[in-house]
Amino acid sequence: MLFLTLILTNLRRHRVRTLMGVSGIAFSVAAMLTVVTILQGAVGMFERILSTDSEIMVFERNVSDLFFSSVPGEAVEAMNQWSMVQHANPVLFGIVSSENHPIITCFGVVPSDGRIRDAKWLAGNRGDFANTPRGVVLGERAAEFLAAKVGQEVPIGRETFQVIGIMRTANGFEDGGVFMPLAAAQGFFHRPGLASVVTVKLKNKEDKAAFKQAVAAQYPALIALENEEFSRSYSQFKILKATAWAVGCCGLILGGLGVANTMIMSVFTRIREIAILRVNGFSGVQIAGMILGESALVSGLGAASGLAMGTVFIFGLKSVPALHGYIDASLNVAVVLAVTGLAGVTGIAGALYPAIYAVRIRPVEALRFE
Amino acid sequence: MTITLSAPPVVLRAEGVWKSYDHNTIKVLNGVDFDASAGETVALCGPSGCGKSTLLHLLGGLDEPDRGKISMNGTASHGKDDLLRQLRFEVGFVFQLHNLIPDLTLEENCLIPAMAAGVKPAEARARLAQLTERTGLSHRLKQRIQKLSGGERQRTALCRALINRPRILLADEPTGSLDDHTRLQVFALLLELVVNEGITLVMATHDQELARRCNRVVIMRDGRVYENS
Repeated sequence: MLFLTLILTNLRRHRVRTLMGVSGIAFSVAAMLTVVTILQGAVGMFERILSTDSEIMVFERNVSDLFFSSVPGEAVEAMNQWSMVQHANPVLFGIVSSENHPIITCFGVVPSDGRIRDAKWLAGNRGDFANTPRGVVLGERAAEFLAAKVGQEVPIGRETFQVIGIMRTANGFEDGGVFMPLAAAQGFFHRPGLASVVTVKLKNKEDKAAFKQAVAAQYPALIALENEEFSRSYSQFKILKATAWAVGCCGLILGGLGVANTMIMSVFTRIREIAILRVNGFSGVQIAGMILGESALVSGLGAASGLAMGTVFIFGLKSVPALHGYIDASLNVAVVLAVTGLAGVTGIAGALYPAIYAVRIRPVEALRFE
Repeated sequence: MTITLSAPPVVLRAEGVWKSYDHNTIKVLNGVDFDASAGETVALCGPSGCGKSTLLHLLGGLDEPDRGKISMNGTASHGKDDLLRQLRFEVGFVFQLHNLIPDLTLEENCLIPAMAAGVKPAEARARLAQLTERTGLSHRLKQRIQKLSGGERQRTALCRALINRPRILLADEPTGSLDDHTRLQVFALLLELVVNEGITLVMATHDQELARRCNRVVIMRDGRVYENS
């Protein structure tokens, strides 16, 4: 108890300095939590786009981005004939632009695609998608920012399409997209007969290995990956995740430097007091424990405040209409634990030098120092 | 019937101790021999800079001699563990400046050595109650140090030094910062406590009046012991 009193006494003695140390960690944790949660959410969103109603994805081997992948239509037709396959749906990705909206993602899909089948139709008729070659279905958000209604013509790129439906998906990215029949998309993007990826659902999940072998044997230019394998290996996801953690860690390092500064000042301004504790029987471990305890308390308070700030910030972003569906505000326990753990490690690391310095204080010299 | 009185054992001893600072440029102790027996009160006197404080620090293990040997209770300390044990259980320090932690209460300051040594809180509080009763500080236990007078602060420092029942008390000008009246009161109290508990006192002082009230006076000059009476 007295040990804790000693720790608290020093933190109370320099309230502003303590507050700055806590704030440094708090802002770092909040920034890290926000960046990592948003980017993890974005990655999750892309993963769900790619894995809708499927277990395996087939795309061109060695492409840096799925937008550049080309899977020939014959391969799709052949796969749909394989006995182990329930369905193999081709999807063509493209980027289109419209007035005031330079980037709109376009999905060229077949009518049986899970996106069309499972979405909630806010306007229009689902059955029209198969029967209107020049018609497009807009995601809810795309309809908002294009100010389009069913029956209207919308300019997309150098062409004009008729809106035949507006639908709401569970995915913000898809909600901001334009859905075209596959053939129309292939024509629009000048990629006749090609798809970017094929999403495959098997009749029996145990056939995954057999399916992958069959693709490798018959289409060496293609690769089939289970959804989890794809998520792990897709370089864009890896880059996004690494960037999130790198940015977050930079923030925490800055926070750690703040704690280090706080603790260094804390030690330097009470050299004599530490000497008195040594003369009164404090061991080096006890002195280091006191300094690290102060730092842990600063880090703990900072982490708690940062988690609260980050959560408020994420939910605040989620409530912004323009970001609807883009922010996955569900806090991942692993991320929260990792961020808190990193804050703790940073705080302790920041206090290491001050703690070592404090342990090395020689009482006889410090007591002579006025 | 013959009664044989054996001399009390030597508890502190310095043999041929040399100490210098700043790469041998400031020579402080030049071959000092000193000892103090159990229960003895010894005053170290001499002009400023003669090495009194340095000798106290060496005797208490706060510093190491360049040459020579320091022993406590017949054994020289070896390593950090020995030193820590000495500081926790065998020797207490009182300085000219009280060296208390100003933001803590009198009670908290006094319990620091007990906490450091792992003494049970109840046991430490009982001992503190005894000490504060004898030093007249019982009613000030919960007061912060800033609110205590100079004499009370020095008496608090005395309580802190004795909380773990050390057998040796090293005092460096313990009354040096007090006015005449308080100085005599605090010293009387210090002397009473060490005599009653059989503690060995080695006190550095300029005050001849206080020195005369000790069992023995050791005069130091230029880093040497000149007179031992």
